[in-house]
Amino acid sequence: MILAVGIDIGSTYTKAVLMDETLQVRATALRRSGYKPAVAAAAVYDDLLEKAGVTKNDVSYIATSGYGRYMVPFRHTQITELTCHALAMVYHFPQVRTILDIGGQDIKAIRIDDRGRVRAFRLNDKCAAGTGAFLEKTARYLGLTTADIGPYALRSTRLVEISSVCAVFAESEVINHLSTGIAPEDIMQGAISALAGRALQLMKRVGLEKEFALAGGMTQNAAMVTALEAKLGAPLHLPPQGLGQFNGAFGAVLLGLRRVERLLAEGREIPPPGSEGPVQTARRWSLFVQAAQEPAMAAGLKALKVLR
Amino acid sequence: MEYVAGIDVGSTQAKGVILDERGNLVSKAIIDMETNMGAAAEEIFQRVLASANLEASAIVFTVATGYGRYRVTFGDLQVTEISCHARGALAEFPWTRTVLDIGGQDTKAIRIGDSGEVIDFAMNDKCAAGTGRFLGAASFALEMPLSELGPLALQSTRPVRITTTCTVFAETEIIGHLAKGHLPEDVLMGMHHSIATRCASLVRRVGLAPEVTFSGGVSRNQAMVVLLQEVLGVPLNVSAQAQFMGAIGAALYALDHVRAGRRPEHLVKEGAR
Repeated sequence: MILAVGIDIGSTYTKAVLMDETLQVRATALRRSGYKPAVAAAAVYDDLLEKAGVTKNDVSYIATSGYGRYMVPFRHTQITELTCHALAMVYHFPQVRTILDIGGQDIKAIRIDDRGRVRAFRLNDKCAAGTGAFLEKTARYLGLTTADIGPYALRSTRLVEISSVCAVFAESEVINHLSTGIAPEDIMQGAISALAGRALQLMKRVGLEKEFALAGGMTQNAAMVTALEAKLGAPLHLPPQGLGQFNGAFGAVLLGLRRVERLLAEGREIPPPGSEGPVQTARRWSLFVQAAQEPAMAAGLKALKVLR
Repeated sequence: MEYVAGIDVGSTQAKGVILDERGNLVSKAIIDMETNMGAAAEEIFQRVLASANLEASAIVFTVATGYGRYRVTFGDLQVTEISCHARGALAEFPWTRTVLDIGGQDTKAIRIGDSGEVIDFAMNDKCAAGTGRFLGAASFALEMPLSELGPLALQSTRPVRITTTCTVFAETEIIGHLAKGHLPEDVLMGMHHSIATRCASLVRRVGLAPEVTFSGGVSRNQAMVVLLQEVLGVPLNVSAQAQFMGAIGAALYALDHVRAGRRPEHLVKEGAR
């Protein structure tokens, strides 16, 4: 039996899927990415093996995806999350052409063709407005946990508009609404509706071609799904068996198995993890550039020394 | 002796001043905003009266400004914070042609003409990046009071570049840098640099013309002053009353009316708001 693993290291959560050669999902695992994504990825991998009752030696191939894909030393390969989402979604629903993925700190709209190839995408990871963080912040001001968001909003009886774009400014707006006696569930629903509106704009920018699918943790939020469907005027496909949040990891493992298949067909050995060339240095995570190398900053420092 | 009051109800703090009929600052007060802007305005009014040892009846004219100016029920007239900030800055630094005001939730750049009129202004009212909230995020992540951020940042020797624009994500980024072993002062210097470059681009949108006066709560932060001077390439005027520029400007508008012989009751007849 050949087993492969897909690990999707996102900005907020790290997700993993273990799959066998018959494309059956053997186990899924999930943890918060935290500030050390490599540690989170290793921990999620251990959880996954334990759940499936297998050992590291049983796993033939590991493919990583997401922001932290270059930070996993035991991977065989890394694949962008766009490719993974596209492939996983077209596997479940061949008729899907537009995918929306709402993450904790970003949002993506992807247009794909009938073979699951990425044709266009738009991404926002610069601003918390229009990402999961917007809802998390609003929930925090209302004293709710992330899991409460959906059930709470579903109790809303009237829509309150949240007009602030910025998640920080929305705080003042939420406090104002609360002080005028508006129910928290109505405010939560207002935030969901605002986020759905922003998501729709992003989807329009890739062409809004039918049919539509949603990936990410928001697939568990019934209020969000309803709000999006209302804005789209069309149904949204959700990956089956609660795999919505694991869509990226699912795509990664599908691609991993395809790679294994090719290696075996060519009569080549599957190499041990981490042996396929040198582990590349972080790209998306290379935020940690020493600013001293920057001329403007260096000049600023020189001025500071003079002043001091 | 007659007195005038200026009340500036901002997004995070309410400020009030009382001037005497010669325009001298008699008293000032500042409080953190509560949910109810009207109540905050009332409280700040009582505080400036108390610290000036005056009765409410001694105040002949009150001008309200700021985000919450229409909630100041006792205000005789409302003037936009743009006009008041420009007026306040000119009163102290008559050669001011550009005002940069960095507040708790908004940043304003105001361009002033040679006769003291407002020519242009730019504000970031859609996004909290480049406002005091960015430092608020640093204060939260580092568990350190706002007043200590500037002095600590100035001790930085190897500043970290902050790449996120969004205030919400900045908090995450700070904690990430600290987890990687960067020193708090280096991360803070990066935060200050990020705000300075963002505000400098706001200033350039209205056109940088010397002299530049820096006001608002953030102007009390020495690291911000130093970095902004560096980024803008000009020295900055910083008033000791930096947080009260708007309120002082409002009170000066009140004084104009008093000197012109106009009283609040006249305004009502004119149908002013």
